[in-house]
Amino acid sequence: MTQFETTDQLIARLAATAEPVQRLRPPLLRACLWLLAIAAISTVGILAFADLHVFARRIADPKLLVEIAGTLATGITATIAAFNLSLPDRSRAWLLAPLPFLALWIGSSGYACYREWLRFGPEGWTFGESTHCFLFIIGFSIPLGLSLWWLLRRARPISPIPVALAGGLAVAACAAFLLQFFHPFDITAIDLALQLTAVGVVIAVGCVRPPVRA
Amino acid sequence: MNPTQSDQQEANRDQAWTGLMLRAQSGDQRAYAQLLSDILPFVRGLARRQRHSPDQVEDVVQDVLVTIHRIRHTYDPSRPFTRWLATIVQRRGIDLLRKQIRQGRHEIWDEEAYETFADPRATREQEAYETAAGLNLAMMALSKGQREAIELVKIQELSLAEAAAVSGKSVTALKVTIHRAVKLLREHLVKR
Repeated sequence: MTQFETTDQLIARLAATAEPVQRLRPPLLRACLWLLAIAAISTVGILAFADLHVFARRIADPKLLVEIAGTLATGITATIAAFNLSLPDRSRAWLLAPLPFLALWIGSSGYACYREWLRFGPEGWTFGESTHCFLFIIGFSIPLGLSLWWLLRRARPISPIPVALAGGLAVAACAAFLLQFFHPFDITAIDLALQLTAVGVVIAVGCVRPPVRA
Repeated sequence: MNPTQSDQQEANRDQAWTGLMLRAQSGDQRAYAQLLSDILPFVRGLARRQRHSPDQVEDVVQDVLVTIHRIRHTYDPSRPFTRWLATIVQRRGIDLLRKQIRQGRHEIWDEEAYETFADPRATREQEAYETAAGLNLAMMALSKGQREAIELVKIQELSLAEAAAVSGKSVTALKVTIHRAVKLLREHLVKR
């Protein structure tokens, strides 16, 4: 059994076991590499399975364009924030970086719901395809989340919860962005509620199982 | 000393520590030992400012040293070393304060509660004997890993980070092991 160590003994032990280490690459570069890898894999999936004609018709609506841009920007900024927050000497203010884009995403989705409600009235409050959207976000978040978690844990963050929050938001936003290519109709209130629930579930899972602490 | 001189001294110190850390990252054990020794007064000073008691200051210092060891690959030499170090000290100090608050909520010290006989020594000796015997039996029921975790954290009073370094487990795994072990101990002691 190991006896209690004095600080000097601890220093001697740590120094004796100090092997060369490979420095982590800059967080922006690591975030971009992850985003590029996800973009490459997603492009193959979109070209193979998405109905691009329908998507091209829908994207002509500037409001949808704003919504998609907000979702994508949330995913990108949250990813960069997560990689920065995983390092000890980066500002906690990175956690705020995705918020304007998140507001744009939620605000534009909310507006789309409002338009849908005006068109269909109470009939717009049906489940319809919403459960598919929910399962899509959850399903896509699993591989995205695992790959991001694997990369973030290399930094062994000393405060894992902010990293998990930003990482969870990044994963959920990326999954919601991809959903747009497979979602051939405007968003309903139920869609939005379930999408937000899915985003919340992904963030909560990230916080319950944060990247390994140092 | 005027502010400019002080700033210059801090800049020189940061440069020296950055140089040592660079060498430590490439496996220079002597530079690493020197760095860890050189930063001690700075770390102790910061820990004292967080209003830790003297023995707690040393807990924070050791926790910080173990943390530096684990995350030394995250230091980017193009950025100030002192800021990187100060954040680690601050976080580890806060972690220790939180741990104390959590423990304080569950632990009550009432010396008289243990005294049931006229002669307190008789009570203490008898109860100590019974408690030790009961605890020994309960400890036997634990797995090897659980016993080691309890011995390191609860008996030797190592911090979680130190105990993790000694046992080779992650802090999270260690927390789970201790939680389960304490639950089992409690069940065994209640049964008696």
